[in-house]
Amino acid sequence: MITKKDLEHIGWLSRLELSEEDREKYTPKLNSVLDYFGELDKADTGGVEPSYHVMPMSNVFREDVPIASLSQEEALSNAPKNQDGFIKAPRMM
Amino acid sequence: MYENPDGVMIGLEVHVQLNKLKTKVFCGCSTDYHNDPPNSHVCPVCLGLPGSLPVINRKAVEAAIKIGLALNCKVEEHTQFYRKNYYYPDLPKGFQITQYDFPISSGGYIMIEGEDGEHRVGITRAHMEEDPGRLVHEGTIDKSKYTLIDYNRSGMALIEIVSDPDMRSPKEARRYLDKLRNILEYLDIFDGDLEGALRVDANISIMGGQRAEIKNISSHKGAERALLFEIVRQKNVLRRGGVVVQETRHFDEAREITLSMRSKEEAHDYRYFPEPDLVPLKISGWAPAIKEMLPELPDARRMRFVEQYGIMDDHAKALTSERKVAIFYEEVAKIADPKISAVWICDVLKGELNYRDLTIEAFRKEDMLSVIELLMSKKITEDGAVDIIRTLLDKGGSPEEIVKEKGLLKVEGDIVSTAAEEAIKENPVAVSDFKAGKEKALNSLVGSVMKKTKGRADARAAREILLGKLG
Amino acid sequence: MASINELIERIHADSSEEIVTEYLEKIEKSKLNAFITVAKESALLRAKEIDSQGHDGPLAGIPIAIKDNISTKGIATTCASKILTGYIPPYDAHVIEKLKEAGAIIIGKANMDEFAMGSSTETSFYGPTLNPWDTTRVPGGSSGGSAAAVAGGEAPLSLGSDTGGSVRCPASFCGVVGLKPTYGVISRYGLISYANSLEQIGPFATSVRDVATLFDVISGHDPRDSTSVDRETNYSSALINDVKGLKIGVPEEYFAEGTDKNVEKSVRDAINTLEELGATSVEVKMPHTKYALSAYYVIAMSEASSNLARFDGMRYGLRTEDSDWHTTFSQVRAAGFGDEVKRRILLGTYALSAGYHDKYYLKALKIRTLIKQDFERAFRDADVLIAPTMPYPAFKLGEKIDDPISLYLADVDTVPINLAGVPSISLPCGFSGGLPIGMQVIGKHFDEAAILRTAFAFEENTDFHTRQPEGS
Ligand SMILES: [Zn+2]
Repeated sequence: MITKKDLEHIGWLSRLELSEEDREKYTPKLNSVLDYFGELDKADTGGVEPSYHVMPMSNVFREDVPIASLSQEEALSNAPKNQDGFIKAPRMM
Repeated sequence: MYENPDGVMIGLEVHVQLNKLKTKVFCGCSTDYHNDPPNSHVCPVCLGLPGSLPVINRKAVEAAIKIGLALNCKVEEHTQFYRKNYYYPDLPKGFQITQYDFPISSGGYIMIEGEDGEHRVGITRAHMEEDPGRLVHEGTIDKSKYTLIDYNRSGMALIEIVSDPDMRSPKEARRYLDKLRNILEYLDIFDGDLEGALRVDANISIMGGQRAEIKNISSHKGAERALLFEIVRQKNVLRRGGVVVQETRHFDEAREITLSMRSKEEAHDYRYFPEPDLVPLKISGWAPAIKEMLPELPDARRMRFVEQYGIMDDHAKALTSERKVAIFYEEVAKIADPKISAVWICDVLKGELNYRDLTIEAFRKEDMLSVIELLMSKKITEDGAVDIIRTLLDKGGSPEEIVKEKGLLKVEGDIVSTAAEEAIKENPVAVSDFKAGKEKALNSLVGSVMKKTKGRADARAAREILLGKLG
Repeated sequence: MASINELIERIHADSSEEIVTEYLEKIEKSKLNAFITVAKESALLRAKEIDSQGHDGPLAGIPIAIKDNISTKGIATTCASKILTGYIPPYDAHVIEKLKEAGAIIIGKANMDEFAMGSSTETSFYGPTLNPWDTTRVPGGSSGGSAAAVAGGEAPLSLGSDTGGSVRCPASFCGVVGLKPTYGVISRYGLISYANSLEQIGPFATSVRDVATLFDVISGHDPRDSTSVDRETNYSSALINDVKGLKIGVPEEYFAEGTDKNVEKSVRDAINTLEELGATSVEVKMPHTKYALSAYYVIAMSEASSNLARFDGMRYGLRTEDSDWHTTFSQVRAAGFGDEVKRRILLGTYALSAGYHDKYYLKALKIRTLIKQDFERAFRDADVLIAPTMPYPAFKLGEKIDDPISLYLADVDTVPINLAGVPSISLPCGFSGGLPIGMQVIGKHFDEAAILRTAFAFEENTDFHTRQPEGS
């Protein structure tokens, strides 16, 4: 069970600003999904290794050879705000 | 035995940028961005554009193994990458690709010169990760009205070397950093002189308190200062009956103080999980071949210098504490007398370089050879040699030109002889004092000879000649 | 509806420009809302170029619709989300490069569930796509626009992506053919990630042959995707109208309670048809199927919560008024993401967070191992598996959108395939109340040849795929 208070913390961890109304709306829905996920507890996974990757691949590399980068213009073309070639973000504090 | 009265425990996390690679760790962008405009060495991958995927640079993995081996670590059988989820504007994907469980190497150590002799510092792990971008604030981070981001640095290969909390003073921390940098330069995978090449986070606690993590340390000197400040701060907190809490602090390099970063973002929960876009590495099999190719490391070179060149251990240590100096020395010692070369490089040249805040690159080995040659053939005096070295560093030119310009050629014996005769004639009081047993009187006669020859005479030779004439 | 071969003939007789113009007109008049962006000018320009210069690629001059989570250089790519407002990729996805090499013409970007999160294309910021068979119903999702465009005759071919059924579900609901390849067969480079370890790009067409042709063009090794596999393939050559000796596994768990009777009947009839053609069938047990849905959603949401962390409005996309950085970040995302995306990010964050990681995320990955083993065991007795794609035909718009669980339950037969990384093709096998029914043919890793051949033989001997919705 997650509470509205938990949801505030999860919202912060997710960087999603949630209004009081949002929290009211989401809490029961998220709980119904988590309830459903409770199914997982019934599965016996003793001694079972997790499958992080579906294919048993390993050792995929690229060689240390430079390829063309984007131009500065292309790199900045989608940035809503930029200045002197930098991408402009809000103040930190 | 070092007492460590305050129970200081320091552990360092050192981020080493593999800036000698040609490309970044997960994309083909060139690493040669230091003189270029911002955001000119970026691609969809290192800019975190939607849909881009990382692919590991093989050479970065080789370099990581080299570092692991040089730090006496075990190279792991299975290694993989994880996502560390947190948010900062320098992090274009909202997570950093790093290692967590299964780092590429762990469980090593290095030896440093500690407070009480040789001291072992454990290496917890040395793992691979990607560098975030660079942030520029207007003024200070807490006052700036906006944040500018340059992603040229984003995706540079980093090795994070985490030490055990084995250092007991800021001085030991600095020595650890010096030694580490030296080892890394010997491996030839990193140029420590480039901006941002080596960055340090320090964990420090004193007896009776929690540990603080200090971020934003960018130099060895800075590390020592930050730690000194932090010890005083923590001691003051405890003295006033306060509690030293576990927290992250920011080092303000200009003011040489650490500042609390306590804020909402402190509630870190990195939610590590394996990076699904990269497959695991099984590369422990590479280690033996890489070990074979590992260059001679500082400690081994120091021992070899003592044995091969018959020089003092102190000199060998000084010569090998910087890779470039060691190379410089060996090139000189190949041609000139190794012992004399060691003396002049360690005792004179290094001091003059330090005084001017210069590195060995500021001095040509050909010039060193000329100076030694001039000395050995007794054409110049030792004072003259020092003068040449200083002039070369300050004004440039060639040793030969400087000798000519400054008239540093040692004068011929008969000129000294004439000067000695004149000195004896002109200083009857000193002569009689000397003959009466006042040995010191000879010094004023030597001084007189030197004056007459404008310093070009060898003081020892002048003394001999005077003694002969007075005898 | 025209096949690739018919279109090639028409292009030779008339011109690519005429074909492209016809499709553009069709899109313009359509009420289906299958497209978010129509690339009218660039498509016509490219058609004229191909007409004048000629092109010998296998898709020369043929239009194709691309799901809007696949990066197209110079064409807006939105993931059907407000948060990518204004984003124009400066690069092409690997599949787009391949299509361009083959001479295909990108006619537009197809509607989808926001960030591919959904099974109905109702979570799109740009409004739902309608099912061409019944415009009061959903086209399925998340690649609903891609499937509806093909079914509605607005594009002969399209690409979608399949994370937990997102190609097969709309293929089934819209009565077209859609393929989810083995994980790693098509490069994901340029596909905007929802759940990286599960998803593949997949082709849509009105016939198995056209799906195979398109698949041949877009598959193959790409060094920019570390999970891309390197093997030689020619899928079109697998299309043989012969299933003699083929062993079909029938997993009873896929016909569980909740499966529509007509769906069950159509799929079992299809298996009979194949048996009449010389195949044999055997029941296979896949006991962990009941855990697949939960495991799938935990893994998908966990990966998604991290994948979507990059959308902060700094380098691209929506930007709100500046406050301090962390607050701005939270506000951009609050304004830019829709409800379902937010729910999945929140749940994924929770499933990975300290204290819950092992209970949800790790547990789900262990179940994934068990599901993989179910498939390995089943394929000891069978060459292919056949099951319903969806438990029921297309549902009504708005019917499930407010109840996440009932929406998720629709994916019960498709998600195990993604967990195991095996290939599966969905093709029409019947109708119920005028709505198409799809069955999926599932294969072993890298055995796309077997499922394409099975599907092809079925198609050659039935006529479900020839029916078209009215007005298309
Ligand atoms: Zn790059």
